Amino acid sequence: MSTAELLAKQEYKYGFVTDIESDMIPRGLSEDTIRLIVEKKNEPEWMLEFRLKAYRHWLTMTEPKHWPNLTYPKIDYQDVIYYSAPKQKATKKSLDEVDPELLRTFEKLGIPLTEQKQLAGVAVDAVFDSVSVATTYKEKLKKHGVIFCSFTEAIRDYPELVKKYLGSVVPTNDNFFAALNSAVFSDGSFCFIPKGVRCPMELSTYFRINNSESGQFERTLIVAEEGSSVSYLEGCTAPKFDKNQLHAAVVELVALDDAQIKYSTVQNWYAGDEEGRGGIYNFVTKRGKCAGKNSKISWTQVETGSAITWKYPSCILQGDNSIGEFYSVALTNHAQQADTGTKMIHLGKNTRSTIISKGIAAGKSNNSYRGLVKVMPKAEGARNYTQCDSMLIGSTCGANTFPYIEVMNNSSSVEHEASTSKISEEQLFYLQQRGISQEDAVSLIINGFCKDVFLQLPMEFAVEATRLLGLKLEGSVG
Amino acid sequence: MLEIKNLHAGIEGREILKGINLTVNKGEIHAIMGPNGSGKSTLAKVLAGHPQYEVTAGEVLYEGRNLLEMAPDERAREGVFMAFQYPIEVPGVSNAQFLRLAYNEKQKHLGADELDPLEFKDLLKERAKVVEMDASFMTRSVNEGFSGGEKKRNEILQMAVLEPKLAVLDETDSGLDIDALRVVAGGVNQLLTPDNAIIVVTHYQRLLNYIVPDFVHVLADGRIAREGGKELAFELESKGYDWIKTLDGEKGAGAPAN
Repeated sequence: MSTAELLAKQEYKYGFVTDIESDMIPRGLSEDTIRLIVEKKNEPEWMLEFRLKAYRHWLTMTEPKHWPNLTYPKIDYQDVIYYSAPKQKATKKSLDEVDPELLRTFEKLGIPLTEQKQLAGVAVDAVFDSVSVATTYKEKLKKHGVIFCSFTEAIRDYPELVKKYLGSVVPTNDNFFAALNSAVFSDGSFCFIPKGVRCPMELSTYFRINNSESGQFERTLIVAEEGSSVSYLEGCTAPKFDKNQLHAAVVELVALDDAQIKYSTVQNWYAGDEEGRGGIYNFVTKRGKCAGKNSKISWTQVETGSAITWKYPSCILQGDNSIGEFYSVALTNHAQQADTGTKMIHLGKNTRSTIISKGIAAGKSNNSYRGLVKVMPKAEGARNYTQCDSMLIGSTCGANTFPYIEVMNNSSSVEHEASTSKISEEQLFYLQQRGISQEDAVSLIINGFCKDVFLQLPMEFAVEATRLLGLKLEGSVG
Repeated sequence: MLEIKNLHAGIEGREILKGINLTVNKGEIHAIMGPNGSGKSTLAKVLAGHPQYEVTAGEVLYEGRNLLEMAPDERAREGVFMAFQYPIEVPGVSNAQFLRLAYNEKQKHLGADELDPLEFKDLLKERAKVVEMDASFMTRSVNEGFSGGEKKRNEILQMAVLEPKLAVLDETDSGLDIDALRVVAGGVNQLLTPDNAIIVVTHYQRLLNYIVPDFVHVLADGRIAREGGKELAFELESKGYDWIKTLDGEKGAGAPAN
């Protein structure tokens, strides 16, 4: 397409740095580093053991560099700072005692935390570098029996629950980045929805990386007991730095009988500049286990940020009749690279999964979908439907689809549909001829392309996602 | 309203329009006819600002302004509308959503009130009557899965919503059966006012039975070879385009058409 010169002027309004004093540990990773983190966080012995086990396993593993469709320089794991926390009073009686600088930071990000300004209907856990700085609506949720707190508090206050479920979906030796996370994770969110409770509000975690030298290694664990349900949102941003920061997170979801978990992400980490300088290296393991019968786990992700995205939110469909869903929009521009998709592992009878993936590539970026649908011998009557669509903007980007399908019984059905399209000059001209500016036209086409996924997002998120895609593509056509 | 002077234009270095002169006033209907490859559609696309066409000489004044300097979306907001010969599909975007965006862009441009989805729905329902379209079309994706006739009707619906000052209908009759043709043409006639003008680009005289032109211009090889009133269309229909080609030959290649 002749007019698609990739000018690429991208606005990233979250690129500011908060000037705050931090408590950092020295660079590098060893058993001593882990002991230091445990000491800083005042963790019990069993956590130390969990971490050391993961670390020792990690030492035997190699970084998965050969199979993902990603190219990046070698990461020096000894050059990363594994713990960096803003200095503040050790115990905070109320949210209003949180460092005003931090409150200002989150307010600037659109996440007011103080009680007068809190978002209605959404409880937020705010994570800044390595620690959770505040969690809203904690008390209100507690009245319903819902536990929503930082991981640090969960280890302290609910050790039995954490012990029971931590690592039960993503074992410490699952993969290189999950092992690394298990060894050094510093905070994150913990949600527990007791039997029969529909969580009365949306739960969310906002992740902010501020320090240019430290990585962020957080952990999220959501447990929905029998017959309960919860909708959880996750947002992420980081300042603009010339250097890359490492982000290796683990998210585990557990749904017991008849429970439902809906997990939505809008990922907007700093993506680097036009030449690919800076940006977050985002290596994330997200997995949900439909442990009980008739349970349902639904992942919706809008991935627009990060220099590198390596992420496959997956479902293990263990309970009979359980349902797994994956709705994804992954947008890459400039020099961004994404290798993302899902795994649906059918173990139980009559389990069902749906995968809708929309990849949009612009600039010189590379966007790959990688998905596995595996139907085990006992998963009789399992069904999967997969739809993978890619859209290219300009002629210097790439889109790939790597579907893996393994079916081990003959009563199951698996469908896979894929398409690749381009925004054509004719399409843009048509919309422009109706008085719509070129940028709005691109936005409209992209939003139409992503409609099936956006419909899955909670209302506010859908608006945010729509706006974000428009912003990210500004100047990429023309 | 529109003044085209010695317009030369082409695509990929190949000249297609070789000196067009044409004046269109308010309240007039002009028909542009001609054989395949004579430059009819090129003229329509150049007026709308299609990026692939390059103007190499001449000028186009629209309400006294240089039309060629305006971006396609600006032309549209100023009231230039083109009904496409092959309307484009926009998957996932509902007709109503698309039309409201286009309508509000124009309103914004005119400093008039924008409409919210509910208000717009009422307006759309009203305008849809012009082309006898039912409500189900509004929630469907733009042109996706529409039949040829439905797509053309949808073009005229867009015209009804946007109320252009100058509408260029590019082969709106192609692919229409007689009933659809009547509906589409009836819609266009309802939209003509003393303040706007319509240019109908067509290969056949058939459409002109329904949309009766004040002037007929016959293109041949990028020039206007013949001009006249509506009777010229009938003459063409009976004699065929070869007749024009012969005339063109008699005049001699390269001679100005008028």
